[in-house]
Amino acid sequence: MSHSYNLNHLDHLESEAIYVLREVAAQFQNPVLLFSGGKDSICVAHLAKKAFWPARPPFPFMHVDTGHNFPETIAYRDEFIANIGARLVVASVQDSIDKGRVVEEKGPNASRNALQTVTLLDAISENGFDCALGGARRDEEKARAKERFFSHRDDFGQWDPKNQRPELWNIFNGRMSPGEHFRVFPLSNWTEMDVWQYIKKENIPLPSLYFAHDREVVARQGTLLAVTDFVTVAEDEKAETRRVRFRTVGDATCTGAVESDADSLDAVIAEVAAARQTERGTRADDKRSETAMEDRKRQGYF
Amino acid sequence: MELLRFTTAGSVDDGKSTLIGRLMYDTKTIFEDQLEAVVTSSKKRGDENVNLALLTDGLRAEREQGITIDVAYRYFATPKRKFIIADTPGHIQYTRNMVTGASTANLAIILIDARKGIVEQTCRHSFIASLLRIQHVVLAVNKMDLVDYSEARFDEIVSAYKEFASRLQIPQMTFIPMSALNGDNVVEKSANMPWYQGAPLLYHLETVYVGSDANHVDARLPVQWVIRPQSNEWHDFRGFAGRIAGGVFKPGDDVMVLPSGFTSKIKGIHTADGELEEAFHPQSVAITLEDEIDISRGDMIVKPNNQPNVSQDIEAMICWFSEKQKLNPGGHYILQHTSREVKAKVTAVRYKVNVNTLHKIEDDLEIGLNEIGRVAFRTSAPLFHDSYRRNRITGSFVLVDPFTNNTVAAGMIR
Repeated sequence: MSHSYNLNHLDHLESEAIYVLREVAAQFQNPVLLFSGGKDSICVAHLAKKAFWPARPPFPFMHVDTGHNFPETIAYRDEFIANIGARLVVASVQDSIDKGRVVEEKGPNASRNALQTVTLLDAISENGFDCALGGARRDEEKARAKERFFSHRDDFGQWDPKNQRPELWNIFNGRMSPGEHFRVFPLSNWTEMDVWQYIKKENIPLPSLYFAHDREVVARQGTLLAVTDFVTVAEDEKAETRRVRFRTVGDATCTGAVESDADSLDAVIAEVAAARQTERGTRADDKRSETAMEDRKRQGYF
Repeated sequence: MELLRFTTAGSVDDGKSTLIGRLMYDTKTIFEDQLEAVVTSSKKRGDENVNLALLTDGLRAEREQGITIDVAYRYFATPKRKFIIADTPGHIQYTRNMVTGASTANLAIILIDARKGIVEQTCRHSFIASLLRIQHVVLAVNKMDLVDYSEARFDEIVSAYKEFASRLQIPQMTFIPMSALNGDNVVEKSANMPWYQGAPLLYHLETVYVGSDANHVDARLPVQWVIRPQSNEWHDFRGFAGRIAGGVFKPGDDVMVLPSGFTSKIKGIHTADGELEEAFHPQSVAITLEDEIDISRGDMIVKPNNQPNVSQDIEAMICWFSEKQKLNPGGHYILQHTSREVKAKVTAVRYKVNVNTLHKIEDDLEIGLNEIGRVAFRTSAPLFHDSYRRNRITGSFVLVDPFTNNTVAAGMIR
């Protein structure tokens, strides 16, 4: 019987991500997996489960908690992580505020998104983590298109995009000096569509936020924000109930919803295929300036 | 759906960004908000046309200086294939980036301006594609609209290129006349060049056969990690985890472990989805053996009747990446090869290559940034290697400076 030794693109991407996860376990002393409860970090966590099966992933998971969560995310997080059998570390932005490490933004567009960076870097240093695994993808944003799989951070947690290590073949250089750390992105080569197709193929449960539901929202700067305890409706704004879903799940103050009737994985995939806006098009944090993502990443953002 | 990885190279102003922009726009990969952002930026900068380069040049310094600094990875898909583009800048000083982009590519698109024909950079890009063993090269003769879509001009360029390329090793070459700006022969066949019998670029990318590029002959599994579950159910499980670098492994196969030389049989090939009947590149698996053998990261599982070279003396072509220092003859580096890390000492610099003329340089042996040369190394422990020509994974390495921890060179073993 003749057959070809070809993998389809999802198997190829999975194999690459598993390879990267195993390199992380082997090259670092104390890695951690950043888990936000968003679909990308859910994928990374699922891949970590597969990479070390039948053993458990040899590193803890960490949630950087802004305190501005959708309740659905937290419930999902606890169940998902218990299921994998990983240890959960929670780093809280509220704690950073209480300790005076950061000062909360004010005004109607106040967000804790930027504050997360300090909490994250403090937690990395307090726990002695030398590598933080994340779900960022190169197709998300133009600054991320130049990101390495193994991305070096100096002892202030900063990224220097002009001075990145060349990365060739499948050889990753994770050497560093004390106090420095790495960010590693196993999904670098995945697109939003790949993530959705993989979730379907692997039958991975997702938080309900990703599917169409009725929710009270307010339109602000071209984005639909969910009305929660953390998003206040200004006098000239009007809250209304619409059928929406979220394309990314992050801090409730800056994650916009899109109007949608897609209430199943197939419907979401069809919607993604037809979409004419990038998923980060709903992220208010990226719209602050042309290089908003690069500027935050340089400071140590995810 | 299959995956095709390709790299694009061209000189400044050959229209590379326009070509990528067009491929992405015509395959509906560029989104409205991305286009909107580019239109806004172009206006702000005072550009006359919408500057599609702004899609790929995302870094602040790149936007300020109007140049591409680094390899940018771009993604698009058609119903037939998913594509990963390593978009590398064309400036003379960025050999480093092209080598990086080429290292994972199956195919290279080399752009030339039909008015200018073959220039120094064309030679350099072709040499790098050949050195990095890219099996498929597309010579995209762009801006045909500016030479009146002339068949004679195209033929002239093709024959000049063929003559030059006869000195290189490029198994498959394809020549496409196009105008990226107008879309001629990019996605749709051009009505302006009825004399061209071949396919447009996208069709070629969708159908070029890359299935035989990987090595499915020499079985190699570099061990990355040993899986030892601390549970009662899997008490005796010891899985040697790694990504197959070549050949095919099956349960029952006789195997040998390097460097120990112990032999055993494969008991099972495990994944979280169940056991496999065979495993091949680039699958990530965990192998269990019939016998208890001490195996750790950096070891390699092979077959007794097909072993790699085992040696502490390595001859390689290297490309130097560091701007701060040159290759130190007699210097010590850390050498990363598959999952193995050894110390390496430079024992000889044989020659340098002029990447624009392919001439050997033997009277100046200092290898600096973006230079390529043939170097001999002695390593602190044996490497289990194949020639790069035979296997891109077991034939490649990087050099790391032990003081700065930076990756300073890439090597391809002879």
